[in-house]
Amino acid sequence: MRLATKDDLCSGCRTCQLVCALQNHGANNPKFATIRIIGHFPKPGAYEVQVCDECGICRDVCPVEAIYDVNGHLEIDRSLCTGCQACVAACPKGVIAMHATWESPFKCVHCGACAEYCPTGAIYDGDLYTPEQAWRITRDEMIERAKAGGDGNE
Amino acid sequence: MSETVKGGYAGQILRVDLTAGTHRVQPLPADWPVKYIGGRGFVARLLYEEVAPGVDPLGPENKLVMAAGPLSGVLLPGCGKTHFGAKSPTTGGYGDSNIGGHLSPELKQAGYDVLVLEGQAKEPCILVIDDDSVKLLPAGDLWGKGCYEAEETLKKRYGEDFQVALIGPAGENLVKFACISHDFGRQAGRTGVGAVMGSKRVKAIVIRGTKTIPLADPQGVYAMGKQMYESCFSKPGFKKWTPYGTAEVVDWVNEIGAFPTRNFKTSYFPEYKQINGVRLREDIRQTDKGCMGCPIPCGKYSKARSSMGEAMVEGPEYETIALLGGNCCLGNIHDVAYANYICDELGLDSISGGNVAAFAIECFEKGLLTEEQVGMALSFGDLKSVVHLLKLIAHRDGVGDMLAEGVKTASERIGHDSAKFAIHVKGLEWTGYESRYSPSQMLSYITADIGAHHNRSWAITYDVAVGRDTLEGKAAKVVELQHTRPLFDCLGICRLQWVEIGFDLNWYETIFPKITGLNRTWQELLHVSERVWNLTRAFSARHVPGWGRGLDRPPARFLEEPIPDGPAKGKLITESQMNELLDEYYRLRGWNDNGLPTKERLVALGLADVAADLWG
Repeated sequence: MRLATKDDLCSGCRTCQLVCALQNHGANNPKFATIRIIGHFPKPGAYEVQVCDECGICRDVCPVEAIYDVNGHLEIDRSLCTGCQACVAACPKGVIAMHATWESPFKCVHCGACAEYCPTGAIYDGDLYTPEQAWRITRDEMIERAKAGGDGNE
Repeated sequence: MSETVKGGYAGQILRVDLTAGTHRVQPLPADWPVKYIGGRGFVARLLYEEVAPGVDPLGPENKLVMAAGPLSGVLLPGCGKTHFGAKSPTTGGYGDSNIGGHLSPELKQAGYDVLVLEGQAKEPCILVIDDDSVKLLPAGDLWGKGCYEAEETLKKRYGEDFQVALIGPAGENLVKFACISHDFGRQAGRTGVGAVMGSKRVKAIVIRGTKTIPLADPQGVYAMGKQMYESCFSKPGFKKWTPYGTAEVVDWVNEIGAFPTRNFKTSYFPEYKQINGVRLREDIRQTDKGCMGCPIPCGKYSKARSSMGEAMVEGPEYETIALLGGNCCLGNIHDVAYANYICDELGLDSISGGNVAAFAIECFEKGLLTEEQVGMALSFGDLKSVVHLLKLIAHRDGVGDMLAEGVKTASERIGHDSAKFAIHVKGLEWTGYESRYSPSQMLSYITADIGAHHNRSWAITYDVAVGRDTLEGKAAKVVELQHTRPLFDCLGICRLQWVEIGFDLNWYETIFPKITGLNRTWQELLHVSERVWNLTRAFSARHVPGWGRGLDRPPARFLEEPIPDGPAKGKLITESQMNELLDEYYRLRGWNDNGLPTKERLVALGLADVAADLWG
């Protein structure tokens, strides 16, 4: 599982954030999510999706080496984490979550739930699909499929 | 039987006293979730209890209420609806309007199901709610700014994770059809809620909430919420309807002869193919723009390149296309989108805005308004005419001051035969379905609790399905829809998944106890919706003299002028047919011949206090 994004498919509905928080925290709270949706309005009129791409900066800045590779993904070891939030500040995507009620930040675990329930395909599994294949709905393709009467939800 | 609410509600009401500059938090009354569910139900109950007959809708004693429902912000399709309400400056009766986007989830996460604005600020202000922190700050130079511009400023000032509800110049200037805007182009457009916000001198409400919405069974909600999305994905309409959103219906409405055209003179616009969903999608759309949790985003954010310049705008959605497009005869999607942008930036409801502009143009054509009065020669199909009128109205310049009162008041002042073509019910302008050949839709409009609005009962599809000439069964269908559709407004969610792609209503009944801990059948929830319907009818009956049968009627044009051309040519619903529909409707509702809820019916619905107020 490698999260990939295609900004121009995003409608800003934030279903991904709701799913992320329920999957990982059992809580209906999009503020817990490790996905950021940024709207650029009124101009140019577009959404931007930010997800963890495992760049490793969080690991590099952690002063107590609490972030390390577990089965191919970086994870925060809560037994070591001091809650200093250096990783939160350093994350170039701004997708390490922190909340007033938490002792430690939370980093994306690449569970893939957001990609599975993104209604438009703006977030998808980059290991399985190319950007073209991953489109559940695309601007042109969707119109063509609708005209043809097909379901098109491969 | 005692039931405990276990989730779905934040459990608190936030009251802001703008006169004193203070706020207080009170617990949600314990019986409200059971008796009124939320959203529209809370708005109706609060207004009924706290806004007395005789109160000036634009005075400090009126209250502006914003409410979430128990399903708002919870993982399920279309969980982003918010309800605004107040005593309406448009009708004088109960007024409300709902809005999509991300407001109610944010309000609940801040810890409140309901926000009440009371009193009147001395100076223009903004209200900033950040969880437990509630501040009133000077509006400064935001006052006077357009909605897109002011929201952009506030988003930059506070951050992407704050949500904004605001008014434009029209709300500040107390235009009777001023809207409340949110998320760059969504509006609570109807019944003048934006004028009420303006009368309180609140330019914007800015909200961030970081708390978790409590759920009775979070894992159960998660599992079922995912199934609900999967069900939406599997519907053919998911792919077929979503690319065009509400604009998809433009073709069909024209083909059946129900499209508002030339100030509702006729019901077919020959150029409709130039302003339909395909033109929207292929010519001007930039991105889809969804409300919270929506798998079928009807919002289309567009770039118009019109004869008057370029504009970025959300839309136009169906209603705007119908009223600014067909009704003002703008036969080009770029022009419709540009007029839409002008409405949005000024903070005008595009439905009433399109009505008032078309009414003014017809008055001009008939010599009832002059070039000297208006400042230019008006004509249908002319974008400049429409934009000119909208700007006059929002700033109450010249004749705009009269038009800002809406078509009912404007026709009373203009006189002659203009009342005949002032297209409204009870002072609220008509929406996008011309109904002279649609008995159940006509009945829906004349009995809707806020005036001529379609979303309480969109019955025109039923007329087409079972036959448009018969009256049989039509009143029963309207009653059914008037309970079903407003129930979504109580739950705090969107109805379009059900209406447009055939999403199964059973899902809501099944997920409701997992969210709230309250076991309810859909029928039991509908019973609450009927209670709220009677409550709003009673509110208006107490506030407006003559509310009842005498006001449950369309403008004279619809009763006297058969449709002149198009697919529904020659059709008309007569006065006697209308009375036959009303008789049946009142009987099914348990109301008297004058269309008022009887004492017995109110008591049976658990509204004994309302029965006492109405009947002693």
